[in-house]
Amino acid sequence: MMNRIQQKLQEDKKILSIYFTAGYPAINDTAQIIQDLEKNGVDMIEIGLPFSDPLADGPTIQASSTQALQNGMTTQLLFEQLKDIRKTVQIPLIIMGYFNPMMQYGIDAFCKKCAEVGIDGLIIPDLPVKEYHLHYQQIFEKYGLINTFLITPQTSDERIRFIDSISDGFIYMVSSASTTGAQNSFGDVQTTYFNRIKAMELKAPQIVGFGISNAATFNQATATTKGAIIGSAFVKHLTNEGIKGIGEFIQTIR
Amino acid sequence: MKSYHADEHGYYGDFGGAYIPEMLYPNVEELRTQYLKIMNEPSFKEEFEQLLKDYVGRPTPLYYAARLSEKYNTKVYLKREDLNHTGAHKVNNTIGQILMAKKLGKNRIIAETGAGQHGVATATVCALMGIECIVYMGEIDIKRQAPNVARMKMLGATVIPATSGSKTLKDATNEAIRDWINNPVDTHYIIGSVVGPHPYPDMVAKFQSIISEEIKWQLLEKEGKENPDYVIACVGGGSNAAGAFYHYLDQSEVGIIAVEAAGKGIDTGESAATSALGKEGIIHGSKTLLMQTTDGQITEPYSISAGLDYPGVGPLHAHLFKSGRADFVSITDADAMAAGLELCKLEGIIPAIESSHALAIFDKKQFKSDDIVVINLSGRGDKDLNTYIEYFNL
Repeated sequence: MMNRIQQKLQEDKKILSIYFTAGYPAINDTAQIIQDLEKNGVDMIEIGLPFSDPLADGPTIQASSTQALQNGMTTQLLFEQLKDIRKTVQIPLIIMGYFNPMMQYGIDAFCKKCAEVGIDGLIIPDLPVKEYHLHYQQIFEKYGLINTFLITPQTSDERIRFIDSISDGFIYMVSSASTTGAQNSFGDVQTTYFNRIKAMELKAPQIVGFGISNAATFNQATATTKGAIIGSAFVKHLTNEGIKGIGEFIQTIR
Repeated sequence: MKSYHADEHGYYGDFGGAYIPEMLYPNVEELRTQYLKIMNEPSFKEEFEQLLKDYVGRPTPLYYAARLSEKYNTKVYLKREDLNHTGAHKVNNTIGQILMAKKLGKNRIIAETGAGQHGVATATVCALMGIECIVYMGEIDIKRQAPNVARMKMLGATVIPATSGSKTLKDATNEAIRDWINNPVDTHYIIGSVVGPHPYPDMVAKFQSIISEEIKWQLLEKEGKENPDYVIACVGGGSNAAGAFYHYLDQSEVGIIAVEAAGKGIDTGESAATSALGKEGIIHGSKTLLMQTTDGQITEPYSISAGLDYPGVGPLHAHLFKSGRADFVSITDADAMAAGLELCKLEGIIPAIESSHALAIFDKKQFKSDDIVVINLSGRGDKDLNTYIEYFNL
């Protein structure tokens, strides 16, 4: 059976994926944000599971994670909030989070719960490819979850080929050597990198993340790829406007 | 033979590995494939040994503490790491890593620091080599440790406050890692302890292993044998302990005692005794024991000693604990402070409060009169004067 992520990737369109931190700005906003994003034509959603020590994140997502934890967000609460989400939305849902909270929940239990509530995939920045491949791939596959790996401008061709070979969904193309955070435009380094990846003709479609903040960066990133992910810029919108006006934000992107 | 050292994948039993975001992979992989080769190059060894001798002041004495021995009716030797340049064992590692950075062609150094000792040791070697140095330090620690901040600045380093999370050592470490993600080509990250992703725990332990290498020949001179009955050290992240234990790990006749900071007491909620309070998890790229909530959020530890105030512990020590190779003992603030003051009065040595935790072992354990007990005196107490003054109303 084809996973919702795989179905979406087959559609003939550029993917707009949006990240937000669960439990932010308010503890019970999770379901409402997901519904509003789907209603406004977003293609895929990354639900951030907040962590006390988010190594790969810049200031915006760090602050949202700290606030979400202060609001009382937990792994268990997130699953409760998502319990009925599949009654209202069809959009592919991905949980993005760090490995330690998942380990404490129990990897098998975590994946099982993901499958129960209708999560389609996971992005775990600090779970290395090799560890996943050796120890966790079977568990993920048992529950029909797609894991997503990151590549960066520094990743070697050889390693990209390996990552491509074990990717069942998409490859998360980190736009630049950086932590998460919005940028206004991409430079020559990104153009060279985007062209290099395009020329590799990978099996798995690529979706670009980190530094996508507006229509310009979205269009630049998707010119040679399948789609792009907006995180910090959307979290900033939530900080400034709350959960009102999600439609207006999405319209500024495309 | 069973070994307690890291295997080729950087695992100590169940602990270790490299749980890092892909953005760090090229940096860490470069180091992993190069570090043993570089450390074994004759030119590297020669420069490392020369600097340890002429600049750091090694070998440090192995001192027979006669009055302490008399009081506790056993034979106590102190390994005087407090006599190193910059006042602690930390410089053994920073000398090694700055030479490593040069071999790797890096021209920018980043480091994290809690109390400032590792920051000072890093700023020192960067000044020595004329390399740019950026030290991340929690905003709260910057206020608590003003003299060390001034030292780093005098040595030419830039000190950047870590304002995220709890604004202490773990957050400074996060910020240093984020800096490395943003500067993947020209920068080397000098981690201050046996923590972080492989190969750091093994590399730092190897640089610190000079401590037990010296203890072996010094004890042979003094006692006619290389092995003591016990070797004892305090453990925060665990670098001085890793160095003191290193050459004894696979010598089962040598008892190993690791002393953690109990803070105000294990059950008070204000403690840093990771072996007692921690669970298996991931912190700063390593699978190890760490203090965390049931939900897997990393918690803030407490100890009067800033150098032991870390929520995790190096994977080597997690393995020594789980396998039972080492005894883990926890010592409260009060017992450590008393032991520190006792060393002042009995031996004329003012110890760092970290080291005072190891000295407090005599409250917890009775040794035989002919036991040879080596305690690693990891640092001197100058940096802790304000804490001593406040604590004892001096």
